Amino acid sequence: MSAREQFEDHGLLRFLTCGSVDDGKSTLIGRLLFDTKTILADTLSAIAKTSEKRGMGAVDLSLLTDGLQAEREQGITIDVAYRYFSTGTRKYIIADAPGHEQYTRNMVTAASTANLAIILIDARKGILTQTRRHSKLASLVGIPHLLVAVNKMDLVDYSQATYEKIKADYLEFAGKLGIEDVRFIPLSALNGDMIVDRGDKLNWYDGPTLLDILEETPAAHTEHTEKFRFPVQYVCRPQDSANPDLHDYRGFMGRVEAGTLKVGDAVTVLPSGLTSTVKAIQIGGVDIPEAITEQSVTILLADEIDTSRGDMIVKSSEVPAAVKQIEATVCWLAETPMDRNRTYLIRHTTRDSKAKLAAIDHRLDVNTLEKVAAEKLAMNDIAQVTFKLAQPLFADPYLENRGTGAFIIIDESNNNTVGAGMIL
Amino acid sequence: MTQRSTLSHLDWLEAEAIHIMREVAGQCANPVLLFSGGKDSICMLRIAEKAFRPGKFPFPLMHIDTGHNYREVVAFRDKRAAELGERLIVRSVEDSMKRGTVVLKHEGESRNKHQSVTLLEAIEEFGFDACIGGARRDEEKARAKERIFSFRDEFGQWDPKNQRPELWSLYNARSHKGENIRAFPISNWTEMDVWQYIEREKLELPSIYFAHKRPVVLRQGSIVPVNVPLMNGELTNLPKAGEEIIDLQVRFRTVGDISCTAPVESDADNVEKIVFETATTTITERGATRLDDQTSEASMEQRKKEGYF
Ligand SMILES: Nc1nc2c(ncn2[C@@H]2O[C@H](COP(=O)(O)OP(=O)(O)O)[C@@H](O)[C@H]2O)c(=O)[nH]1
Repeated sequence: MSAREQFEDHGLLRFLTCGSVDDGKSTLIGRLLFDTKTILADTLSAIAKTSEKRGMGAVDLSLLTDGLQAEREQGITIDVAYRYFSTGTRKYIIADAPGHEQYTRNMVTAASTANLAIILIDARKGILTQTRRHSKLASLVGIPHLLVAVNKMDLVDYSQATYEKIKADYLEFAGKLGIEDVRFIPLSALNGDMIVDRGDKLNWYDGPTLLDILEETPAAHTEHTEKFRFPVQYVCRPQDSANPDLHDYRGFMGRVEAGTLKVGDAVTVLPSGLTSTVKAIQIGGVDIPEAITEQSVTILLADEIDTSRGDMIVKSSEVPAAVKQIEATVCWLAETPMDRNRTYLIRHTTRDSKAKLAAIDHRLDVNTLEKVAAEKLAMNDIAQVTFKLAQPLFADPYLENRGTGAFIIIDESNNNTVGAGMIL
Repeated sequence: MTQRSTLSHLDWLEAEAIHIMREVAGQCANPVLLFSGGKDSICMLRIAEKAFRPGKFPFPLMHIDTGHNYREVVAFRDKRAAELGERLIVRSVEDSMKRGTVVLKHEGESRNKHQSVTLLEAIEEFGFDACIGGARRDEEKARAKERIFSFRDEFGQWDPKNQRPELWSLYNARSHKGENIRAFPISNWTEMDVWQYIEREKLELPSIYFAHKRPVVLRQGSIVPVNVPLMNGELTNLPKAGEEIIDLQVRFRTVGDISCTAPVESDADNVEKIVFETATTTITERGATRLDDQTSEASMEQRKKEGYF
């Protein structure tokens, strides 16, 4: 029996952790890695040495997630770090987005690929402005599952009343934000209670442990049926003179952003609007009967249709709108504020279009969660805006489909990625 | 093939890697794939096959040879490139030494870090605008925040403060002339994923990845291979006076420059056994096997700033 066949594979879950400084994010991640036995001996001994150097007694698990030298020197974390662990049945990618001034852009970046967010609350402090801000951002970025983790329960004598109060407070404002799927769990990251092991101090809590929740959370794209969307990345025309079979080969290569496709399905190629049927679906030149969401495949069509990078193949029964004006929620990422008079480049799927800001409807104050009037966009601002486009995009609302609802904004003068957008 | 509604974790990682390679091919004018003959780059070649066959790869393969590579690996490198029918470019640190652009502090100094110079020279020679590499975020702390598309300036330098935000799977590979993008399709893979993939895809590997007997000495807690034959038959890594040579059953977890790659003691003589060993192992890959990384926790970060891969 091969090693692989020993366990079922429940795929991969990406999640992010958010909380204010000192809520215990790093400790929680360290604990997950530690208790799932992925912390390897030499990493541990390096940490033990550093803990000693800093005059700490016990091994500080939060040191596991500290990253670069520059940050270590300043003692802060400033960027998104990715961590990995596996339970044998599932692989996990953790996006760790730290706080501080750049928080909004870090969190939006980390959240963009996550399917679950853990929102940490310090049991002694309860719900803070940051808690509201993190929750709002998580819902804006369309994370389908929120898990509110009330941490440091050991410092409130593992009090059930404290936990219930925080839960009630949270549910009250979550209702206002329109957050639906939210679960709660009491924890002590430091002692490892209710993370992988239940511990013996939280017996009044009869729900699943944190890891059990992660193991059960549906992976992306499994919860509702989606329309088939296939942005063309690359066209394969081998034209190998030694192999006449390949003479007419035209493979449209890309990744299925949403939905599924079978051989024989009727499809439309955008922007031309020409239609055909699927002759074959391949990976590496080998036929497969069907392509599913997130799979990278090559599509061959029955008819010769001129198609190139930036085009999109869709099912003929579910053609998206071609839009030359988009309304979107934008998070500004660059230190240089957005210049209303300039033209930017929008990259949506594999397609680029020049874009100009037509209007700023409002800015979201991420602390009060109020809509305020705005004339400009600076770093970490989140606003609802309207862009005019030079080229049509084939877009879906972001909350329906992240893959075809998201875009980035590029400043062509320095090629930087300066903004992130979600189509309304 | 059985169909399921979601991809298994290996299928997901593979699909992501294929997508990244195709983005490089779609966005960059003149990319190159760095192929060393090591396990990570062997996985990358299989991914490239899945991404581009029946077509040819839209990039050549390139190896920066330190001249101190294991013979088995160099032979494997050439064989694999020939089997695939793809073009292999080899540029050597020894040529940079002859040109005087690489100067060793002393004859025995590890040539590993000097690969950066030869790599930058090759990038300039061929005008490559992107290099596809097999680095993984789990290898080392300084890589945990590395982007999948990492931007390098005209001097090949990586500035951790000046990296582009990377959201969703929308990659920005735009660069001005002289600047360079490094793309890492297997960023999200762990060592375990790599071995599982090798097992699933039945990928062939250089023999030194499997348990074999070899003469070694124990030096400061590391197993150091000695009397290793080079391509020209000359021996390198000679033991120091007074060191006791023992014949040990070992395998390599990474294969790089001989002077800085150490094996681990192991009986795992096939991929399946290695998968099991990796699952139960207690030491991370670089900690065990990269002699040059141990000097400082942050030494990798330092080398990356200087243009290292
Ligand atoms: N008593 C107690 N302390 C905790 C717990 N979780 C974290 N801490 C401590 O809180 C401090 C901040 O934790 P850290 O993980 O660095 O927070 P971060 O800033 O959110 O990453 C550290 O001193 C931790 O040891 C907990 O569950 N109980």
